[in-house]
Amino acid sequence: MSICKPLSRRDLAARIARDIPEGWYVNLGIGIPTLIADAIPAGREVILHSENGILGFGPAPAPEAVDPWLINAGKQHVTLNAGGSFFHHADSFAMIRGGHLDLCVLGAFEVAANGDLANWATSAEDSAPAVGGAMDLAVGTPRVWVATEHTTRDGAPKLVERCTYPLTAPGVVTRIYTNLAVIDVRDGRFVVTEMIPDLSREALQAQTGVELHFEVPEYA
Amino acid sequence: MGKSHAEEGTGTMINKEVRDIADALSGIGDGAVVMVGGFGSVGQPDALIEGLIEQGARDLTIIANNAGAGRVGLAKLMEAGRVRKIICSFPRSAGSVVFEELFRAGKLELEIVPQGTLAERIRAAGAGIPGFYTATTVGTLLAQGKETRTFDGRTYVLEHALHADAALVEAWRTDRMGNCTYRESGRNFNAVMAMAARMTVVQSCGMVAVGALDPEAIVTPGIFVDRIVVVPEAAKVAAGAEGGA
Repeated sequence: MSICKPLSRRDLAARIARDIPEGWYVNLGIGIPTLIADAIPAGREVILHSENGILGFGPAPAPEAVDPWLINAGKQHVTLNAGGSFFHHADSFAMIRGGHLDLCVLGAFEVAANGDLANWATSAEDSAPAVGGAMDLAVGTPRVWVATEHTTRDGAPKLVERCTYPLTAPGVVTRIYTNLAVIDVRDGRFVVTEMIPDLSREALQAQTGVELHFEVPEYA
Repeated sequence: MGKSHAEEGTGTMINKEVRDIADALSGIGDGAVVMVGGFGSVGQPDALIEGLIEQGARDLTIIANNAGAGRVGLAKLMEAGRVRKIICSFPRSAGSVVFEELFRAGKLELEIVPQGTLAERIRAAGAGIPGFYTATTVGTLLAQGKETRTFDGRTYVLEHALHADAALVEAWRTDRMGNCTYRESGRNFNAVMAMAARMTVVQSCGMVAVGALDPEAIVTPGIFVDRIVVVPEAAKVAAGAEGGA
């Protein structure tokens, strides 16, 4: 078996950033998606939205330039790009729920081949999970991309036939970027469109809980 | 030749500024439903929350995005046993130790509301709209037991307006008439909650003369505001005390 090197979280964020075209309005979830903000190629105008009322935020500030009034949805300090704007929470979610964003990138516990997303609670008995804006984003945004490690830390598949965790929303995920592959969700199937070098189809399939379909040249 | 009533300056001019925090919070009684603005620590009316601990009202229902962090502010109010129920979107986060303790011990009721539904339920209350339909939560545990309806082939869940007895909000600049501006991401839930409660109490970072605020920049017009207490911007603790959205 050949040795392949999974993408780091930062490289995965950079890989996703490459696919976000100029002019899109994008919301980034907590975790790997947040790292995308720092990976947008310089000069490309992608407008980032934050639930707490910001359009057009930029990368993290230098430590000495922190503005205590300016945080993102993950409560991290950010900067504001030229052309940025502030608004209140109801308007912020009107942008989300009204279908005005182009894309959201979210983390996931599980994604199913039918596009179901589970990313907010780890069991139905977890009576106090934190949902935040995940359900609004998943339902209101026309493109829902998931950024995640391909498996859990224990090696269990996160890409599955049917989600076992409580759903964030049914049938919403359109594409998945993992540390091993890029996978489109099409007509209830996972279609692999890109794999990291030296990874075999068999090895990728072995780490996935449902049949994969391939539209990618196989590496030797 | 007498002056008109408006020109007499009899001391009855509109002035919503109150003397101190105790005056700002007077009348909030046991069992009250209280909205608390802010997102994490940004835009959170810290001094009013501290004042509510002093004030003594019990059996409160708190509506806020988060359920406090550390052992200060909302967490301190909960730890003092004054909160019966919390309605929020993101209770469990880095540092939400008091919430975790009380919730596990069965001493705190929790209603989890998706953040957009929370904002819209509050907005609806302020706008006199008793309920609305949304696609958020359809097909999830949070839609269980809720009325649904289909519009143009898509299913939506009925959500009800969320009213409160009092809203505690933080503004950046205010005038005595109650007009408010906010600062950067400090606007968040504050501007929505200011519309939704029977009594809106503003913790203002600074009072300016009537006419000094650019009318184009006023976010919360004074009609929504009942009381203002000025608490100059203390060194705002670095955000990040509460993790997650």
